[in-house]
Amino acid sequence: MERSRRSFLKIAGLTALGVCAKPVADVWAASAEHGASPQGRFVVGDKALTAKHWAMVIDTRQFESAEDLEPIIEVCHKVHNVPNLTVERHEIKWIWEEEFEHAFPMKENRYLNERVKDLPFLVLCNHCENPPCVRACPTKATFKRASDGVVLMDFHRCIGCRFCMAACPYGARSFNFRDPRPFIAEVTTEFPTRMKGVVEKCNFCAERLAVGKMPACVEVSNGALAFGDLDDPASDVRQLLKENFTIRRKQSLGTEPSVYYIV
Amino acid sequence: MNDKKWIVLGLVVFFAIVLFPVWYNRGKAAPAPEVWLSDTAKAAETCVKPLEDIRRNHMHLLDQWRDTVSREGKRVFVAWNDKEYYPGLTTTCLGCHEDKAKFCDRCHNYASVSPYCWDCHINPKEMNYGKK
Repeated sequence: MERSRRSFLKIAGLTALGVCAKPVADVWAASAEHGASPQGRFVVGDKALTAKHWAMVIDTRQFESAEDLEPIIEVCHKVHNVPNLTVERHEIKWIWEEEFEHAFPMKENRYLNERVKDLPFLVLCNHCENPPCVRACPTKATFKRASDGVVLMDFHRCIGCRFCMAACPYGARSFNFRDPRPFIAEVTTEFPTRMKGVVEKCNFCAERLAVGKMPACVEVSNGALAFGDLDDPASDVRQLLKENFTIRRKQSLGTEPSVYYIV
Repeated sequence: MNDKKWIVLGLVVFFAIVLFPVWYNRGKAAPAPEVWLSDTAKAAETCVKPLEDIRRNHMHLLDQWRDTVSREGKRVFVAWNDKEYYPGLTTTCLGCHEDKAKFCDRCHNYASVSPYCWDCHINPKEMNYGKK
């Protein structure tokens, strides 16, 4: 039987293709399985606190000095394993104190009321409705949770580019320039630490809300901090907003912070 | 065609060098580590997934856990046997498999994989930080 080189090559090619097809198909089938076959399902716990839009109202009239804020800051940093780095460039903070003129730079009048002038203000991530950090993040490591509007970090995904820090107008984000572990005085084992090279910030105690607890800062504030659903007209925060004049930080930027201040 | 012996010799040397790791380590393969189970794990009898599945696919489960917990906020995992678990590495996995060095590391070292879970997640036994 005569066979041309051409037809020989054709047959050889087809054979090779046929031999390869089966293993490739097997691998594809297997990788499809990984995604699709999780036995078990996920639910939100029965005890979890839920809302359409979590918000906080800080009644600054109940604070007099930095000592009043200290336990609030301390408890937050303790439950979230926030390291205590004293070098200012390396500092990590989730909630901290700030002077009025720095917290509210567009509301600073020339002859400021004396109480407000000297009063330390409690500042934290504002969990904005239009969070600029979320827009800046290239990996979606930071995102606004659709269910309740909390702006969260997924530390697994953070690549440490710090675009979010540049985008945040409130300085609410800190970067781990060093391994934070040696600087944690007392570790809370229920919450992970961070590693060198990721950004972190307040998470509105998402891990506590999930088990039915109020944020740690609210719990120790003796009522100075209120936390609730901004979309629920009957909630605590809505009552406070109805009865008191409140301000928010840098409102003119249009980020729509979810943290309100009664001054 | 007079260089035949040199070519053969060259080939022999070439293959000897290329296959060095194979013949050098022949018969000395490290035995696969046994799975170590703590008393708590033995008492619990079932894991969060059927045995075969968790052995083969635990890394996919952990990936799924981390996404659902940190992104979707669903923090209860209802397993195949309708038991409820908190999908967490430190609390749930290490809750039964208390000794990370024996349970995780032995196989991971054998398979030469180095997951970075523990850069952030806490193994209470290995904490040489956070003690005043």
